[in-house]
Formats: sequence, structure tokens, C-alpha cells
Amino acid sequence: MSGGQTWLILGASSAIARALAREAAARGADIILAGRDDDDLRRTAADIGVAYGVHARTETFAALDHAGHRALAASLADIPGILNIALLFGIMPEQAAMDADPSLAAACLDANATGAISILHHIAPLLEARRAGMVVGFGSVAGDRGRLKNYVYGASKAALHTYLAGLRNRLGRSGVHVMTVKPGFVDTAMTFGLPGMFLVAQPRDVARVCLNAAAKKRDVIYVPWFWWGIMSVIRGIPERLFKRLSI
Amino acid sequence: MRKAALKLAGWGRTTYAACEAARPERFGEAVAGFAADAGQNGICLYGAGRSYGDCALNSGGTALITTRLDRILGFDAQTGIVQVEPGVDFRRLMEVFLPRGWLAPVTPGTGFATVGGAVAHDVHGKNHELDGSFGQHVTAFDLLLPDGARRTVVPADGDLFAATVGGAGLTGFITRIEFRMKRVPGGAVRVREHRAANLAAFLSAMRDAAGASYAVGWIDAAARGAALGRGILETAEPIEGVFAQPPERARRVPFEFPAFALNRFSVALFNEGYFRRVPPDGRTRVVPWRTFLYPLDALHDWNRIYGRRGFVQFQCVVPFETGARALRDLLEVISASHQASFLAVLKRMGAGRAGFLSFPMPGFTLALDFPRCAGLEALYARLSAITLDAGGRVYLAKDALLDAASFRRMYPEFPHFAAVRQAVDPERHIQSDMARRLRLQDAP
Repeated sequence: MSGGQTWLILGASSAIARALAREAAARGADIILAGRDDDDLRRTAADIGVAYGVHARTETFAALDHAGHRALAASLADIPGILNIALLFGIMPEQAAMDADPSLAAACLDANATGAISILHHIAPLLEARRAGMVVGFGSVAGDRGRLKNYVYGASKAALHTYLAGLRNRLGRSGVHVMTVKPGFVDTAMTFGLPGMFLVAQPRDVARVCLNAAAKKRDVIYVPWFWWGIMSVIRGIPERLFKRLSI
Repeated sequence: MRKAALKLAGWGRTTYAACEAARPERFGEAVAGFAADAGQNGICLYGAGRSYGDCALNSGGTALITTRLDRILGFDAQTGIVQVEPGVDFRRLMEVFLPRGWLAPVTPGTGFATVGGAVAHDVHGKNHELDGSFGQHVTAFDLLLPDGARRTVVPADGDLFAATVGGAGLTGFITRIEFRMKRVPGGAVRVREHRAANLAAFLSAMRDAAGASYAVGWIDAAARGAALGRGILETAEPIEGVFAQPPERARRVPFEFPAFALNRFSVALFNEGYFRRVPPDGRTRVVPWRTFLYPLDALHDWNRIYGRRGFVQFQCVVPFETGARALRDLLEVISASHQASFLAVLKRMGAGRAGFLSFPMPGFTLALDFPRCAGLEALYARLSAITLDAGGRVYLAKDALLDAASFRRMYPEFPHFAAVRQAVDPERHIQSDMARRLRLQDAP
């Protein structure tokens, strides 16, 4: 759509990413699906093309391939209209698995934090120059507090939250809005079949909420919204007590 | 792709299966997940979970859930041919294509059902007499065989096509379906509702309406004596006009109703009200497609109305020649049992069917729910026996209680199906609780 919006979805294979791409396309935006599984992304691109009549294409993107980040950012320069970025990639190895194999912990940080910061840092100057658009970065409620059950993943998301806060400050000066999304439990491959899930949100609902909030230039949102309350309580527990809890 | 120990249920929530379930989101994961060794009880394919009984359950085995394989892969606006992944559901087809004037050629009574499931059960709709079964509109599908081979199957392929359509997912993993949508002039139908005072009047009204584009009867299965078989016949014709559907105002049944909520008195009261809602000389309304095709979809989780005990749906078809008598016998047994639930459905079917184990045959089809109760197995067996004696059959997508011997007699083409299954899956990689119960596993 000339002069319209284009969303670049980084990590486009996940359920939330697919839903976000569809929702943005339904609102008229062109879509670039970036990720590693190109065969699968082409299927999503076909779906979006048929269902919403917008232009949808794929790009190869890997969080750990920092050299590729420069090329991807460069390829975005001639996109007409407004360019928006949604960052959704991430891995969540089980805490026990990372405890047993610390290299997995490093891999989790590499993908979720280093990879995310690398690609956004390559794209940031472009957005500053365009003086428009937005960045929607997916963190996690797990990044709000280091919990026994999930603190390495949480640390990777905490790093991303801090980075996005700084980026928000920087890009805001150029009219580019940055929104941090902290999802609670969403019905995705990451949570499928996990014990202890409650009030699980559907990806499509999360996508709608995110795009509505981004349009209103919200800074940080929890989805579903009640996670703000849950995390406020969890953040409020004194460390002296929290360190003994297993939540 | 993670597997999780889950308890999956049929829609009737009387059949459950503890199994290892996986829900791939990427196509490659799904292919790998299907090919992986699944152990002694094998693997089954599970869609939206809208089949009532145990056809998509696999106790002690693996289940591959297809709902996240939900992409529309292509559409030709000249021919109306659409290609989809198996987890695309009928709601999405309507959402995407109705605004452009295209509708699924055949749809089951819920839009939550997947297209993969529609092929696996060769489903029919309220237009069966005119438009046939879903499988008759399928122009091709991709089938991943248990040995890892991928085949594109077209109707001219004969046995593999006919064994897969209506084959309850037992011949392979249907990974892509190509079928022809149908043109409609607008977003609504004009529905004509007629009251029928008893079974004879109902059957005669249905005969007179045989040329209607869509026809469905709601029958009061609790009525007795002179009112036996009374109900409301709805016929519908597509009309021109705006395609947009009204916004969905879905309600959710928030909890399982207590068992006492549903009893012979509340059912009789509801049915009486439903019957009298239509004036004696009928009425005509304009109804959006979604409301007409999927009347229960606005009430999410409606199966909870039956409470924790769950329910069983019995659906049979009996040939026209023996049908009037068989329907009378069935309704007498049902009304005498005092177990019938709310409205039952009565429709005419045509000859259209595309598979060896397809349900349809020319005749009358009757469908109704029974809350699970003592003696239900015996009641179901009586109804099955009347059906069998009339030369009819019960619908596998609904069934949880049929016995293997009756199944064989109802489905005379089973040996053709079994021969294909023996050829494509000699190791029985694909299994299900239904396949074990009805001995669909057996060699021909």
C-alpha cells in the first residue's frame, strides 16, 4: 500500500507474531515476515495476501546472525510510507535445562537480549531519519522479577525492557514511538501443555490489544491487563521475603 | 516441538483420552511430529475437538493437534478454488470470503470445525440434497502417508481418495486441502419457518421443500401421542444484499450446569416454547448467513449445559423407503425414554457422498443429544438396531457407543477402506479410540 504502513515482524513464526501480522494486515498494512523458517513464513505470507489483499513477503532473519542484521536494516531503507517494527522472537529453555547446561542459559541471553538489541540498534538510525513509525517490543512479565523458576529467561527479558526504555527515550525525540509489551500467559507453543497456566489469553486478542495500545502511544502495557496488578504485587514483595519463595 | 501429557475430550465430554499431545505451529514441525515414532498406540490427528465421540481421541498414544496449521494458501477468484492448511476453520472461511461473495460449498453446523475434519468425516450441511457432501467439492488434497511419502490425491485417484474422504483421519495426515467455494449473491438468507403438527405432516412438508437451497427441521423429540414428531421446518434461499455480517455477540456458558437443570420438564417446557415461537401459519425472516448456518456458535462452550456428566449425540440416516416407519419407531423409543434433550434435528439427505465410510445416503437423518445417564448404552443400542433394520447407519463423527458388528453392517464398503489402510499403514502408525472400538484397524 503506497504511502501506507508497513510492519516488519521480527520472529514471525510464533503464534503471537502470526496473529499480529494478520491484525496489522486487516488494518491495511503491508507485512514483512522475518525469521528463519522461510518455508513456513511463506505460508503465512500467502495467507495474509489472500485474506487481506495487502502485500506480504518474507525476509531471512536470525537473532544470532549479527552480520545479517546490518543487511536487513539496509534493505528497509527504500520502503515507502511508514515503517513499524514488531520484535517477537525469543526462546525459553526450561530453567532446569539451563541449570544443567549453562550454555543454554547463554544461548537464551544471546537470542532474547543480544540479538534483539543488535537488530534494533541497526534499525534505530533508519527510524530516526524517517522521523515516523513505531517499535513494539515483546518482553515478558518474567522480566519484572527474578523468580526461582524462570530467572534466566527473566533476565533476558529484563535486559530487553531496559533497552526498550532507553530506545523509547532516544527515538521519541524523532517522533518514533516505542512500546514495551509484557505478556502474561498466552496460548502459544511456549506455554502449550505447561502446568500451572491460568487465564490464558488467545494470540488474536493479544494482537488486537497491542495494536490498539500502540496507536494510542502507550509506553508499557501488560496483556492481558490484569497482569499489571499481579506483577505489582510480586514486585512489591521485599527481597528478604522473596528470596525464600518459589513462585 | 514439545509434547504435553493432556486429557483430550470429544465434544460430548463423555469420551476422554489421556495422551501425549503436540500442537505444532509450523508446517515443518507438524510433518516431523507426524513422522516420529509414536509407540504402540500410534498417533491420531485432532482438530478443533468438535467431533462428539472418540474418533479423534487416542488413549495412551499420541495426538497431533492441527488447529495452528491455519493458513489459507491460495485462492483463485475466477474458479473459486481455495487451498488451505487442515486447521483452517469454517468461521475463518466465512470471515475472509463471504465479503467477496463466496461461501463454503458445504459446512457442518458449527463454524469452529476445521476443514481437515470436514474431509475426514465427509461432512454434510443443510443443503445436502442439492449440493452433496463436502468431499464432493474437494478437487485435491496432500496426504502425508505413515511411511513419510507425500502424495497429492485427486478424485480420479480412486481408492486412496475415497478411503481418505470420510476415513476419520486413518489413511494419513491431510496437510493441504483444495476445494471449490460457491458463489452467493449476498450476506443473508430468507428463511421460511413452517410448523408441522406431527411426523406425517413434517415428512410431507419436507418432501414439498425438497427443491429448497437449504432445509433443516427442528423436531420436538419429547412430544408423544398425536404430537409425535411435531416440529418446525426451516427452508432458506440466498438473497442479494450487503455481505457484511453483524458483529458477533458471543456469550460463553460460564460453568457446567448442575445435572438437575436438564430434566424432562425443563426440556418439555423449552420445546413447547420453541414450537410456539413460530405462528401456526409460519413466518418469514431475513437471517445473516452466520446465524443461519451456525446457530449455536454464538454460545461458546454450549456443551457445558449438560454438566459434568456430558452427553452423547445419536445421529442416524434411514432410507426414504423405510424411513417413515423407522423414524416413528425411533421417536417412540426416544419419547418413552424421557431422556431426549432439547430440539433434535431432522433433515433430508441426497445420494451425495465421496468416501467409502461417508455417512450420507438418500433418506432422512435424525440427530439428537442425550445427557449421559443410566441405561444410555441400552437406549443407544436400541436406536442403532432400529436404524440397522431400516437399512440405515449412524454417523461416526458423532458416535461414541456403536459396536463393531453393527458398524460393519452399516458400512458395507468397509472392506475397500480396510484394503487401502492395509496398503498405506500396515504398521498401524495411525490409530484412535474409535478405530480400536469399531475395529477399523482390522485387515480386510
